[in-house]
Amino acid sequence: MNGWETALKGLVDTLIVFVVLANMRLLGASRLGSCIRVVALQGILLGLIPLVSQGGHLGLRVVLQAAVSTVLKGIVFPALLIRAVRESGSRRELAPIVGYTPSLLTGGGLLALALWLGGRLPLPPTATSSLLVPVALFTIMVGLFMIVARRKAITQVLGYLAMENGIFAFGLAFAEKEPFLVEMGILLDAFMAVFVMGIMVYQINREFDHIDADRLSALKD
Amino acid sequence: MIVVAVVHVLLALLLAPLLPGVINRTKAALAGRRGQPLLQAYFDLGKLLRKDVVYSTTTTWVFRAGPSAALAALLVALAIVPFANARALLAFPGDLLLFAYLLGLARFSLVTAALDTGSSFEGMGASREVTFSALAEPALLLGLVAMAREAGSVSLSDVYTRLAPVSLVEGGGPVLLLVAAAFGVVYLAENARIPFDDPNTHLELTMIHEVLILDHSGPDLAFLQYGAALKLWLLGSLAVGILIPLHGAPPVPAMLGGLAGMFLLAVVTGVIESTMARLRLVRVPQLLVGATLLSLLALLMVLA
Repeated sequence: MNGWETALKGLVDTLIVFVVLANMRLLGASRLGSCIRVVALQGILLGLIPLVSQGGHLGLRVVLQAAVSTVLKGIVFPALLIRAVRESGSRRELAPIVGYTPSLLTGGGLLALALWLGGRLPLPPTATSSLLVPVALFTIMVGLFMIVARRKAITQVLGYLAMENGIFAFGLAFAEKEPFLVEMGILLDAFMAVFVMGIMVYQINREFDHIDADRLSALKD
Repeated sequence: MIVVAVVHVLLALLLAPLLPGVINRTKAALAGRRGQPLLQAYFDLGKLLRKDVVYSTTTTWVFRAGPSAALAALLVALAIVPFANARALLAFPGDLLLFAYLLGLARFSLVTAALDTGSSFEGMGASREVTFSALAEPALLLGLVAMAREAGSVSLSDVYTRLAPVSLVEGGGPVLLLVAAAFGVVYLAENARIPFDDPNTHLELTMIHEVLILDHSGPDLAFLQYGAALKLWLLGSLAVGILIPLHGAPPVPAMLGGLAGMFLLAVVTGVIESTMARLRLVRVPQLLVGATLLSLLALLMVLA
């Protein structure tokens, strides 16, 4: 392995660490706006990884995939979500069910779990980075945790997006083997979900004057 | 090599009070003021050393011993910390833990001295100091453990002379960057700098470090202020040692590079203090837990 490849590998590792840090920030962020930006940033970071990890020989497929996912996750989704927040006129602070510091500590535990699990999964060896699979698992877990531990409907959309980021990262680990169509399909699903949820959040808010999801469970028909 | 180590200790003893001066001048420059002279900390120390000490009648020997014990612990810690990629004066396996707990000992003597005054105000400060440092300690220790594991040694000197060369672009780069970021947060927290504590405020209910030393006077206060400057130097050199690659440089340029790094860190601290507001007290633990997570992440990456 020559110096250039070592440097690229270091850069990929650094990007992956930033993805982990974005997860931590997501767990500790107290405002909707910063949550949306963090998830968008995470999407952009993940979009950059295939470009860097392929080194000199970039295929059209890789570039296209990175471009589509970066534009969708970095620009379209946050714009949709910020619009939904503005239109629903909800308060910008999150109302966490689990507090921020316990959330961060949970994040530490989840990270350890993901690293342990990632080391034990019987997967084919990846060319990109040995960290990618554990970090993908971690991102998925953080997404699930965000859905469970935050009250607002918007944060559930964000948790869903973080999960999609995790699935994308999982796909990156096996970039050569995964069909292009599957990746695009997932992105399209995520796009539709965010689109529909954005409208739904607005509708929920108009109907009930708030978007607290835990109070929906007390509804009677 | 021993000459270099002695020179490093002497430099630290001599230049440490310059660090608060640089921070203050940076803040003044950013606020459009002229600010205190760079050497103000030296003037203050000189003035305090020439004064008498006043002891309250409610205090005991604990209060009198506090400042000297704290300064002594920090001086020993200074002999352990490697500077500018050279080995420290004292280096033995396990000095990594000794370093962390010498800082703890200094804090303990300071806190007991504050409690000894019987002032409820100082009691509050003591409680905050202990709470926050208890949260900063895992960040420091986990970071040190991660680096020790990466370097394969439990001596600070070994760790810093072996790791700085594995510079930031090669393997281990992300680990070192994470640890450096965690150490940066610990540096600000332990030195009571701005996101955690405002060193300019006096007699406010939210302050931490200043309230602990309210009842000290004369040479005792000088000891405490000099100790605070040494602590800036100690924790600063941990962060600078990671970030500035000086491997293979001959002693004199390495030393100059290290000094430049220390003063650059002081300038950065000044910029942070000028651009940020102090955090609300309830948010402080969150930031410290965040720093701990950075260290934990580094450790997990080393282990994985």
